[in-house]
Amino acid sequence: MRDYFYSYLKSDATPGAAGNMLWAFIYIMLIFMGLSIAVIAMNWLERKVLAHMQVRLGPMRVGPHGLLQPIADAIKLLIKEDIMPAEADKLVFWMAPLIVVTTAFTTFIVVPFGPQHAVTDMNIGILFMLGVSSLGVLGIVMAGWASNSHYPLIGALRSSAQMVSYEVAMGLAVVSAVLMTSLHGAGIYATGGGSGMGTLSMIEIVRAQQEQQAWFAFKFFPLGLVAMFVFAVAMVAETNRAPFDLPEAESELTAGFHTEYSGFRWSLFFLAEYSAMIAVSSILVTLWLGGWLRPFPNLLAGPTWDLVFSLFPGLTFLALAGLTSGFGALLGLIGLILFISPVRAWVQDIYWFVAKVAVFMYLYIWYRGTFPRYRFDQLMKVGWKVLLPTGLGVLIVTAIVGVL
Amino acid sequence: MAPVATPFFFYLLSGLALISGILVITRRNPVHSALALILTLLALAGIYLMLYAPFVAGVQIILYAGGIMVLFLFVIMLVNVGRAEKERQFNKQWLLAIAATVGLGIVFVRVFTSSQTLTELLKRPLAQLPETSNTQQVGFSLYGQYMLAFEIASLLLLVAIVGAVVMAKKRI
Amino acid sequence: MVPITPIHYLILAAALFTLGTIGVLTRRNVVIVLMSIELILNAVNLNLVAFSRMWGLQGQVFAIFVITDAAAEAAVGLGILIAFFRNKETVNVDEVDLLKW
Repeated sequence: MRDYFYSYLKSDATPGAAGNMLWAFIYIMLIFMGLSIAVIAMNWLERKVLAHMQVRLGPMRVGPHGLLQPIADAIKLLIKEDIMPAEADKLVFWMAPLIVVTTAFTTFIVVPFGPQHAVTDMNIGILFMLGVSSLGVLGIVMAGWASNSHYPLIGALRSSAQMVSYEVAMGLAVVSAVLMTSLHGAGIYATGGGSGMGTLSMIEIVRAQQEQQAWFAFKFFPLGLVAMFVFAVAMVAETNRAPFDLPEAESELTAGFHTEYSGFRWSLFFLAEYSAMIAVSSILVTLWLGGWLRPFPNLLAGPTWDLVFSLFPGLTFLALAGLTSGFGALLGLIGLILFISPVRAWVQDIYWFVAKVAVFMYLYIWYRGTFPRYRFDQLMKVGWKVLLPTGLGVLIVTAIVGVL
Repeated sequence: MAPVATPFFFYLLSGLALISGILVITRRNPVHSALALILTLLALAGIYLMLYAPFVAGVQIILYAGGIMVLFLFVIMLVNVGRAEKERQFNKQWLLAIAATVGLGIVFVRVFTSSQTLTELLKRPLAQLPETSNTQQVGFSLYGQYMLAFEIASLLLLVAIVGAVVMAKKRI
Repeated sequence: MVPITPIHYLILAAALFTLGTIGVLTRRNVVIVLMSIELILNAVNLNLVAFSRMWGLQGQVFAIFVITDAAAEAAVGLGILIAFFRNKETVNVDEVDLLKW
């Protein structure tokens, strides 16, 4: 048993590839806990950041700067009465939040937090992620339909139309990034070389970026960036967030597809929405921003720079400890632990990945604070007449440049 | 990695596929039918995984379950279900239809049990499918040997898009 | 337990095909008829993929073509359905009898 436990630590593969069930389970649990904590943190952060953008204070009462507010809210949601509308389709109503949550969490099986920090690595990794996250819309449609009420139904109709439309643009952007993995030369404009075989596996995509010494966002300079932009817009629409939050537009549809949900079931929708946001952000980070790779791996290479960059996780926690007063000591302690050499090596990939994802999570809040909501016909126009042709054009130009 | 506990998963998934397949054709409410069909599609995706076809499984999930079925649900919600549910569900020829289908089933059973060539054929050794590079192999096939078919399929999709728009739009 | 051979997959595919045929022939609701056609196409796909286990990749490639066709068929079928519903306020196949005079 002990050997079984330690045998994985020596290998460089993911638990799935190493065939180690125990570690796969441990990873699943870690990801699950990490996600839950991230969702709680996002909840607090969103309210605080939005409040400060609107020159308010946001939650301040529960805990220092309202830090314990999400926990109070969670308790409130859990002890609320569970209401099911009398005319609702019971089974479908009951299943909808489960489907949404399950799909949102299942996508994280293939997210590579590091070369060996993923539950498993699939040959069809990115296809699996897009597929499973596209199943999430089924849950939303089911929720809206089963409520047997007008607002949820309209919300569900909008949601399904929106998701199907933006999935196309999203897929095209992803394909152009996958196409880039097949070019094995090193450098931003390098092409050809090697077998010319691309890959869909998430880990291999990041490896390809390492090999080509360029994040795909900067590959063929404007092209990768445009594809990333198309994806970044489509992913906001795909997760039903502002400015594309028409399925739950509170000024028109009260709360859209989850109007009739309350208490625990509603909190499942909440959990799913935020983990879906994290999931699509991690797709973006993996495909275009080098996944777990640290910044400037080629420019600032060498053991000294490696050391400097590996100190970042600990320094971040120390900085956070300096900012907070109450339980800052705990954060400082974590920061100090992260300076220990083996932990440092183990953690830095995860740190860079999470840091990049965190930027996009902040962007989500920022969008919500700044952009006005689209009208539905404008939304469709943006999806079909702007993003789709742009994505297609980028794909074709990438293919041509790649062949040249 | 080879699939584990193949018989167990095969019977689980095929049972799921068959039961939800029966639900598809018997439910009164089209939404329930659609949800049952999604279950069938997912079970089949699992079976494709067992058959070393991960790419087809992925396409099945993303296109069928995530795309086509959402379209179905969208249309079901667009046309009102309330009245259709109270109407007669089966048409007048259902007895004849079932008789014909039973005939079809008998033909299937006859073919599977009696045909000499089929039994010989099924004794063939399994092909060595490169599971770790399945996507790449399928890609080479699609863009190499089946290039023309691929282009025709894309043309078909274009025609389908135009056709759907022409039919569903009130004024063009 | 008996090891799973291709014949198991073929039987499953045959059963699904039969179910789909029953659905197409007996149901009145167009949406369910279309879904039964999807069931039939899936049975065919299962056959193709099961045979590709013995013969090589061609079956999988054809399965992908079948899925493409299914997408086209669903789009056109549902387009017809919406046009039909708009004109006759019904979704039953046996009321599509304009040509049966």
